[in-house]
Amino acid sequence: MDEPLPNVAAKTELPKLAVARSAAPRDDSGAAGNLIFDVRDVSIYYGSFKAVTGVTMPIHENEITAFIGSSGSGKSTMLRSFNRMNDLVPGSRLEGDVSYRGESLYGRDVSATAVRRRIGMVFQKPNPFPKSIYDNVAYGPRINGIRNKAKLDEIVENSLRKAALWEEVRSRLNTSGLSLSGGQAQRLCIARTIAVEPDVVLMDEPASALDPIATGAIEDLMRELRSKYTIVIVTHNMQQATRVSDRTAFFSVLVNEESDTRTGVLVEHGTTQQIFEDPQDSRTQAYVTGRMG
Amino acid sequence: MAVAPQQQRADLREPAGWRRTKNRIATVLMVLSFVVVIIPLGFVLYTTIAKGASAITGSFLTSPIPSVVEPVNVGGIWPAILGTLEITALATVIAVPLGVLGAVYLNEYGGNNWLSRFIGFMADVMTGVPSIIMGLFIYSIWVLHFGYSGLAGALALGALMLPIVIRSSYEMLRLVPDSLRQGSYALGASKSRVTLTVVLPAAVGGIVSGALLAVARAAGETAPLLFVILGGLTTGNANVFHGANIALPMLIFQNASSPYPGAQARGWGAALTLIAIAFILMIAARVVTARFARYAR
Repeated sequence: MDEPLPNVAAKTELPKLAVARSAAPRDDSGAAGNLIFDVRDVSIYYGSFKAVTGVTMPIHENEITAFIGSSGSGKSTMLRSFNRMNDLVPGSRLEGDVSYRGESLYGRDVSATAVRRRIGMVFQKPNPFPKSIYDNVAYGPRINGIRNKAKLDEIVENSLRKAALWEEVRSRLNTSGLSLSGGQAQRLCIARTIAVEPDVVLMDEPASALDPIATGAIEDLMRELRSKYTIVIVTHNMQQATRVSDRTAFFSVLVNEESDTRTGVLVEHGTTQQIFEDPQDSRTQAYVTGRMG
Repeated sequence: MAVAPQQQRADLREPAGWRRTKNRIATVLMVLSFVVVIIPLGFVLYTTIAKGASAITGSFLTSPIPSVVEPVNVGGIWPAILGTLEITALATVIAVPLGVLGAVYLNEYGGNNWLSRFIGFMADVMTGVPSIIMGLFIYSIWVLHFGYSGLAGALALGALMLPIVIRSSYEMLRLVPDSLRQGSYALGASKSRVTLTVVLPAAVGGIVSGALLAVARAAGETAPLLFVILGGLTTGNANVFHGANIALPMLIFQNASSPYPGAQARGWGAALTLIAIAFILMIAARVVTARFARYAR
């Protein structure tokens, strides 16, 4: 509501924009892939603050799902519940259930580290470790006990290739990961994430700190990764959502005047085409047409 | 012509007046305070070099300590150098790992619980405890039972170093951005792994230089050693765990209060040697910090 609007095309042109996207629109019915996440009536609290409430939605295999909505609508909080990153925030608590391939992520015997090895995450701000480029990518595999140098070399090269960074850094794998530019650093972080061969990649506004060219590179990368991974991306950029995602979930802020609290809610989810061309909720319509932040 | 003739040109000079005067006064005051700080420092260094350099001849660093009545250029200070090196090294081995682990607990594990707040508070209090109290403390709990030894001196110096190491390491760990920890967690690392492979390496440069500053500080301490290692040796005691020992600061203290010119000259020589050791440690701190900071941009 209070943030700068993405540069959305005028309302009348919007359908064209959505149709023109490269990803083939998929059917919302049973033809969709396997269920990766099943979110059932989830509410997440930070202490006494309720950040998001009553979210129920499916996430499908080998698809890119975009979370859009204004600041404070709980998109990132929801995303971080998929690999239990919220556990790291003291006082955070989740009600309801998120299941991953039929297994509850918040079950009693579930280890958060085991969850995160299968469900990786790329952050808003590139966060390469202050180690060499090689050691950044090899970090995850080493955690998983891979010590063989030849094997590590292979993983590092493959991951950097998949992240479209190999050609730029192949001659300086021993230089610091911090020496890279913003876009390169973010691709390094993506390489680092896919080096552990996760099942799902969560991306929290991965391109918001990048220029349009670097953003384009990341988006191309996401489209390529889609065949192998399931991707969930939080974005403030609606054009980005239309460009890369198969499905879109729109979150909004529920303001309670009485207690002066703001809680995120999931308003609507569906195929990206449907959300942008035929929104069922007036709030969704207002947001995607740019009449409301 | 870019500027129209009738247009007045911008005057970008600092306007004369009180503001400019204030600026000048402040600049002069800052330069003066710098000079005031430098004078005693330079004078200490100059005096020590002027009086100590002549004492340092050929065998000075390697000879046993003679009786105080011996004239200038007889004997040397080797036992005190040996004592300082072994006692400080042992103190470092005791205090640095403990201090770093303590800081890791405070910043990574303790959070804001009562234990970590208590430890942090005690570390701050310990920083302010006079060093002679550390000596008295070790005297009463160690020397009275086990006798004088280099180890007792190392315990006293270690107790002195511990809060410094805890504080400096803690500050360094706090500087490690949380985004690095999150990046590591997101790859499935456990907490101990995050700490060992991301947090500590990111902070190691600062931790090492903080520890070396503590070492240099401890190496120059006299008071905590006075009644725990006894001193008064003429030959070196290589066994740091048993028997009286001697260290450079103590030797300086004993010789400085002696009326004999030979002893005084040896005292100055020892002072210069101690400064040189501290200087070498500082340079080592810089080199090590730079080496560990290789990947920090």
